[in-house]
Amino acid sequence: MTKLLLAALAALAPLCAETIVIQNANVMTVTKGTFKGSVVIKDGKIIEAGEKVTVPEGATKIDASNQYVIPGIIDCHSHIAVDGGVNEGSVSVSSMVNIRDVLNPEDIAIYRALAGGVTTANILHGSANPIGGCTLPIKLRWGKDAEGLVFEGATPGIKFALGENPKRAGNPQGGRGAGTAVQARYPATRMGVEDVIREAFNEAKAYKAEWDAYDAKVARGEHGLIPPRVDLKLQALKEVLEGKRFVHAHCYRSDEILMLLRVADDYGFKIRTLQHVLEGYKVANEIAAHGAGASTFSDWWSYKVEAFDAIPYNTALMAKRGIIVSVNSDDAELMRHLNTEAAKAMKYGGLTENEALALVTINPAKQLGIENRVGSIETGKDADLVIYDKPPLSDYAKVQKVLIDGKVYFDRDNEVSGRAAKQAEKQKLIDKEKQSQPGRGGRGGRGGQGGQAQ
Amino acid sequence: MKLAAMVLGCAALAAAASNETILIHNADVYPVTGAPMKGVSVLIQDGKIADIGAKLVPGKGVRVVEAKGLRVYPGMLDSATELGLSEISAVRETVDTGELGEFMPQLKALVAVNPESEHFGVVRVNGITSVMTFPSSGGGGGGRFGGGERQFISGQAALIHTDGWTWEDMEINRSAAMHLIFPAIAGRGGRGGGGNPDFGPDLIPGAAGGSYTQARRTYEQQIAHLSEFFDDARKYQKARAANLPGFVHDLKFEAMLPVLDRKVPMAVSASRASSIHDAIAFAEKQNIKIVILQPRELGKVGEELKAKNIPVILGRVLALPETEDSPYDEAFTLPLEAYKAGVKFAFGTFDNEFVRNLPYQAATAVAFGLPYEEALKAITINPAQIWGAADKLGSVEKGKIADLMVTDGDPLEIQTQVKHLYIHGKEVALTNKQTRLYEKYSSRQ
Repeated sequence: MTKLLLAALAALAPLCAETIVIQNANVMTVTKGTFKGSVVIKDGKIIEAGEKVTVPEGATKIDASNQYVIPGIIDCHSHIAVDGGVNEGSVSVSSMVNIRDVLNPEDIAIYRALAGGVTTANILHGSANPIGGCTLPIKLRWGKDAEGLVFEGATPGIKFALGENPKRAGNPQGGRGAGTAVQARYPATRMGVEDVIREAFNEAKAYKAEWDAYDAKVARGEHGLIPPRVDLKLQALKEVLEGKRFVHAHCYRSDEILMLLRVADDYGFKIRTLQHVLEGYKVANEIAAHGAGASTFSDWWSYKVEAFDAIPYNTALMAKRGIIVSVNSDDAELMRHLNTEAAKAMKYGGLTENEALALVTINPAKQLGIENRVGSIETGKDADLVIYDKPPLSDYAKVQKVLIDGKVYFDRDNEVSGRAAKQAEKQKLIDKEKQSQPGRGGRGGRGGQGGQAQ
Repeated sequence: MKLAAMVLGCAALAAAASNETILIHNADVYPVTGAPMKGVSVLIQDGKIADIGAKLVPGKGVRVVEAKGLRVYPGMLDSATELGLSEISAVRETVDTGELGEFMPQLKALVAVNPESEHFGVVRVNGITSVMTFPSSGGGGGGRFGGGERQFISGQAALIHTDGWTWEDMEINRSAAMHLIFPAIAGRGGRGGGGNPDFGPDLIPGAAGGSYTQARRTYEQQIAHLSEFFDDARKYQKARAANLPGFVHDLKFEAMLPVLDRKVPMAVSASRASSIHDAIAFAEKQNIKIVILQPRELGKVGEELKAKNIPVILGRVLALPETEDSPYDEAFTLPLEAYKAGVKFAFGTFDNEFVRNLPYQAATAVAFGLPYEEALKAITINPAQIWGAADKLGSVEKGKIADLMVTDGDPLEIQTQVKHLYIHGKEVALTNKQTRLYEKYSSRQ
């Protein structure tokens, strides 16, 4: 039944206008200032934005009087749209698995996040392993298939994790030294976490040398060579060493953050983003020197020991030390109001409105290496836009429309006015199911999440 | 440097403290129970609001706090927290919610409140001056760490100030409510990110895997079991009144007497409309006063709550919809639904970590249709009324306890800063563990 409903939802295809002009709006470009004017969209791209624009003939007009337009929100840390579990926790290094293989385009969280103004999300593996699975950014093109979600051309990533989470499998009973040799998975300490990462890159370096030697011979025109054996685990790490795959590292405490930066320095690669990085403010100088980005929570704290020194000023403090900072969700609910999560950096630490907005737009775009495509309202960029009814950093603001690639993927008016019809359709399906299964009347009547009720 | 000066200044203030007479001068006062007043002063004396007026002149020894352009509101009240009882939620040793046992009305959250908990400082700086703190345990005794049998009555929730030297000092009412986790038929996954497992997960063990008939039977057995306990308490009440020979004093039943006498309400965790309906019927039958905690839907039960004058404590507004095909804004619009139904309500965060975001939860309800004034009432005067403290808290009125926040704007807006805070008439330093760490690491070269 759920599948049928989703198919019905998908059939409400995004409004496919080729040329659109959003008029009379307060346009917050993030990189080019804020003005009252228009944004012109053609073939999925922004072709003009300004106080006065040329309106192409036949363009569909969206009147945004008294409304606000911002670039689509980018969430640098999300686990939505993943089919099943997000952790491959049986091994400490799981770089052979890839989120791309398990994308679930029917996850309702995609639509809900859209309704909160998110257009791009970095979909990550979980934090059970020091080196986790491969990751990628997606666009929330609700209604498309799994491949249709992929942010084409974006550099893929890999998840690392430090601290309490990767230690957990080394302490199966929870207590200190509680794991037996049979049950426990190395590592059980932060020391072990460092070693696991070093061991893996030690191997990866040798693997890369083998391939580099082979590639050099091929380049020199040598024939009849037997290529080295492909190792899927090391292949991903080789890409990290080559700068072709970004490291997104889950971390909390300042010691482990510093540890990872030094490991990366030793092996000659960069940490692209430190994720959560709740004690990043303690080692902000070191993070800035390494050149890592920081993607953090606005105000989470106290839920575990390593989150006890978390402060809501972290975002502002790191930003003021020259780090590119983003605010992420890691949560399907929080993802729906990243605009106000960003606003908290104005309250705690005094960022300006534009600096706060950058935390969920251009900054995460830079962190993901997609800033030439998204993250601001500029000519030539993808038309990924959000229209709000109130200033977007106010908690009274509601998302009215969301566009991705110049197509309307969420429209609050249509959403609300379409509810009665959807409800009627749902009832029809329920009645049909009841009829087809006379002995099991009433089942499925509540369309439970994941159907646990059944 | 500015920060350092602020910290020093506040330390001096904290030391001066409580019997100080303070005049908040020339502010805009938002009493909540009446129209805003521009350019008036508020006199704080002996911990209370002694006077409010445009022409108040500071007497000798009165400290004047210039507040031109600032606003005075009553301090906010969060109607459901575990403040003082839980420090780091993942570490059992730091968590004192969720005792073992099925019926535990004799337990008092108040006695386990750690006044030095870092959470108090964190919530204070955002203007929260009092909270309901619950002994809360969900389905299994032993709280979220599990290990016990199903719990029905978890104990007495206390209404406390968020500042004080001891829990006695912080107490407003040690027994403001008795917490009952009402049985429910469910098996659906709850709302992600919306709830705290300590507050009635609405699950019957085994229901998920079993048939509806089995779940229904378990549910009815549980209600019967709960009724038996109440019947026993009534028998005890009678035996006690009659002073029968051989009467044995019992702490559990003693604790139930104020509930049976309708002096203390039962705060009933019930999230589905059907279980709320049944909880109302149960309350009628037992002749007890109830407050519904954390409903996730109202529907027709809204009219019933209104008709029987039963208030509700709404949980997080920023929560996911209950089911896959529920409207995306289901939880955002629940406060509006409650308002339209005429139900009296207040907000609770049902957690510790996000208590400081209480006003922003209320603001989201405003974004989705709730009138602004109603949202403000739901974190000030409404909870004071619901928890029987409207004579002391919840508004800026002469004679009430001076729990006040002075802000530079609308307290429901994230960007607004709290400039001064008074709890029981004492100016409280706007510092905490987090501001101290901020200051320390801001000074790193």
